[in-house]
Order: sequence, then structure tokens, then C-alpha cells
Amino acid sequence: MKKSEIPQDPSSLNNFTKEVCYAVDETGKYTTNLSTGWDIKASALNLAWEDIDNRISQAREKVLNGKASPILFYMELKLMDISTLSAYTGFYKWTIKRHLQPEIFNRLSHKKLKLYAETFEININKLKNISCDES
Amino acid sequence: MKVDFKHIQAAHCENGVTTNLLKSRGVNQITEPLAFGIGSGLFYIYIPILKVNNGPAIAFRTMPGLIFKRTCKALEIAVVRKTFSSKQKARQFLDLKLSEGRAVGCQVGVFYLSYFPKEYRFHFNAHNIIVYGKENDQYLISDPVMENVTNLNSYELERVRFAKGSLAPRGQIYFPKENSLVTDAQICKGIKSGISRNVRDMLRIPGPIAGVSGIKYTANKIKKWRTDLGIEKAKLYLAQLVRMQEEIGTGGGGFRFIYAAFLQEAHQYLPNDKLLEISQQFTRSGDLWRNSAVQAAGIYKGRLSSQNDFDCMGDYLLEIADLEKAAFTALSKIKW
Repeated sequence: MKKSEIPQDPSSLNNFTKEVCYAVDETGKYTTNLSTGWDIKASALNLAWEDIDNRISQAREKVLNGKASPILFYMELKLMDISTLSAYTGFYKWTIKRHLQPEIFNRLSHKKLKLYAETFEININKLKNISCDES
Repeated sequence: MKVDFKHIQAAHCENGVTTNLLKSRGVNQITEPLAFGIGSGLFYIYIPILKVNNGPAIAFRTMPGLIFKRTCKALEIAVVRKTFSSKQKARQFLDLKLSEGRAVGCQVGVFYLSYFPKEYRFHFNAHNIIVYGKENDQYLISDPVMENVTNLNSYELERVRFAKGSLAPRGQIYFPKENSLVTDAQICKGIKSGISRNVRDMLRIPGPIAGVSGIKYTANKIKKWRTDLGIEKAKLYLAQLVRMQEEIGTGGGGFRFIYAAFLQEAHQYLPNDKLLEISQQFTRSGDLWRNSAVQAAGIYKGRLSSQNDFDCMGDYLLEIADLEKAAFTALSKIKW
């Protein structure tokens, strides 16, 4: 890449930082310059977020239809998978899979609910309330 | 307390931490490309059974932690590295080192990293920052990928140091043990060993998934993605490939440009003109990686969608694999 070709497209990094790119100058020598972003990778990141938003709304549907417990919704909202959630809560993965079933979730102790709520940074009432509010 | 420390922005976090920590301990010659090359940072791997953020697990660089470890070892610099099970002990140790006037490296997770843009905050736990001081409850932070220094309060820092999940940092802290002066001869030795280890990693790892053969393997997979995964999932996979390759931290072209810069710098220590020629090959490879990203974007933006377009994407990677094989073979044949 030539220094003059370093892209300067808008990206999510704007207002936070610019990134260092390596490129060659007119004499062929390597140098660095700052870049605001590159359209090609900005759209890759956008697509990743569209996918996350899809997963969140699918999870919301499942919870509202009684096919999964609210844990699924908040897990997706916090970009977690079962192993990440397991690492944060200390529950085994198979335990979490059980807790994803609404019947079992409804019987969970206050202590267990509190662990989940703390991990998701919400209070227990909100965790039990299945309106699945994103705020 | 504040340590005498100069923040220099880098393309990649671990290169940056390595460079800035070594510079702060008297290793004046060190630059980001040198740290990357001596630490044999260039790599490629596609781990088929593993999923990262629901997409393919692809890396263009070596395992987190290795660049710092290898560079220090090659330059004969003793390193202190500690992880903690107790958050309190982790904080005490950090405060102690700061009070001794040391800047230290910390491994952190980015999900709760408050100064990062939200769009970049995934559960990725192998980010590296330098802590260089503390004022009241605020820790002074030099994050190498950021233009400017920043700060985190003690709660925020503790949270990212004890992020959970894969590659959990467990409060990991690391720094060079003593001040040291490094001779140019040691740098030369480090360059040679860095290059030969990188040749090994890219050409001689058995099995199809790592090094140059990993690039070929991915190329052939990509050609099948359209039928095997369906177009929507294939788009997500390609987008993930491009992010691993081009996102902040790579310097562009999947670290290939940083490596090309390293070979140019190596030439100043070991004036063998082959290094300059091979550097150009890596520039070419980085350019091809970027062209392939443009092709991939055509697909994930929905402009291209035929099997032919996927084949073309795969062919880019096959061409890259051949080019990098030739470049590393040429490196392996250099007589120092």
C-alpha cells in the first residue's frame, strides 16, 4: 500500500481515535500514517452488528413466546455465548442450558437470579420481567 | 504517582506495549516493526471447529503474549509476569510497582473498556495496555492503539483485568525486570532468530490449518462456503475474515505491511539486499490481502453473489499462499 492510498473513510473510530497504518512513501520506504477508517472494514463491522441485532430480536421473540427464559435475551444483549456466561456466573454450561428453559427459570432461587442479574448489570425485577427492554 | 513514560501510538497493542515498555527501560533501538519481527509475530491459522463470535476462528498473528515474551528473550531481557486469583492482591501488586516508578503491561478484556467505541467492544480478552501512574482513584493508561493517553478508575481497571471467558487475563501483569542496554549485535541476533522462527511457523507446522497451508485451506473452504453455509452465513464469515485481517491493530493487510517494514529495518542492521526484495514481496502480499477484502466486501454488501465470485475470492488466497510461500522460502535461504 502506498502512503497516498491509505483510506480516510468515516468509521466507528471517529471521535475516539485514528489508527496507525503502515505504507510505503514515494521512495519505497516504509512509514506510518493515521487513518480514520476504511469503508470495506466498516461495512464488515456493520454486518457483524446487524447479525447481533438479529440474534437479539430472535431471542426476544423466543422469550415472549415462552420458548426460552429471559436469560437468553440478556445473554445475547451482552454479546455473550454460553461459555462466556458460564465464566462470568460460575454456573456450569449444562446448568445454564437448563436455566434457559422457562419452567426451570421460574423456579430459580433468589441467589441464582441475583448472580445472573449482576452479570447482566440489571436488577432482578428486570430480569424476571419478560418485556425484554433493551435500555 | 506518575512514572516517567512516553506514549507512542502503535498499530498493534502487544507490539506497542512491548516497544514502549522496552524503550522506557533503556532499549533505544526498539521500534514496532522490530518488536513484531523479532517476536515472529506474523502468522496465519484457521481453526475449523472453533467459533469466535459465531464466525470462523481466524488469526493473522501469533498467540497473544508471545511477541513480548520472544522479543525480550531474544534481547536477553529478564521479564516478570504474574497472574492473580485475588483482585485485591492484583491491585496491591500493581500499586507497588507504580510506586517503584515502573510502567507495567496489563492484559485486559475489551468488553468493559470504557474508552473504546461501543462498536469495538466484544468479549475479546487479549488486549494489552500500559499503566504508568495513579492519581487519586484514576490509573493513567497508555493504550498503544489510541492516539492519546487516557485513564480508568480503579473499579474500571479491575473489571477489565478480571474479564472472564476465553483467554481470561486473570489480572495478568508483565514488565521487563531491569533497565538494560541492548547492543546492535544483540538486535542482529534477535532479527535472525525471529526470521527463522517465523519461517518455521509459516512453512513447517504439520497439518493443513496453520501457516501458508492454512491460507490454502481457507481458500478451498471459501469456495465451498456458498453451498455449505448458504449465502447469508457465508457473508458473515467473509466479514469476519476481513475484520480479523484489517481491523484496528493490524496495520493493514493482515500485519503483512508491518512485516515488510520489519524487513526494511532489519536491512539497516544486516545489509543483505535480499531483505529489501523480500520486503517488497510482503508488500505485494499485503496489497493482495486488501484486494481480496474488496472482493469479499462485494459479496457481503450484496453486490456480488455468484459461485464465480466466491471462487474468485478463494483464488486470491491461493495466490497469496504461493506468494508467501516463495517469500518465506527466500528468507530461509538467506546466508547471514
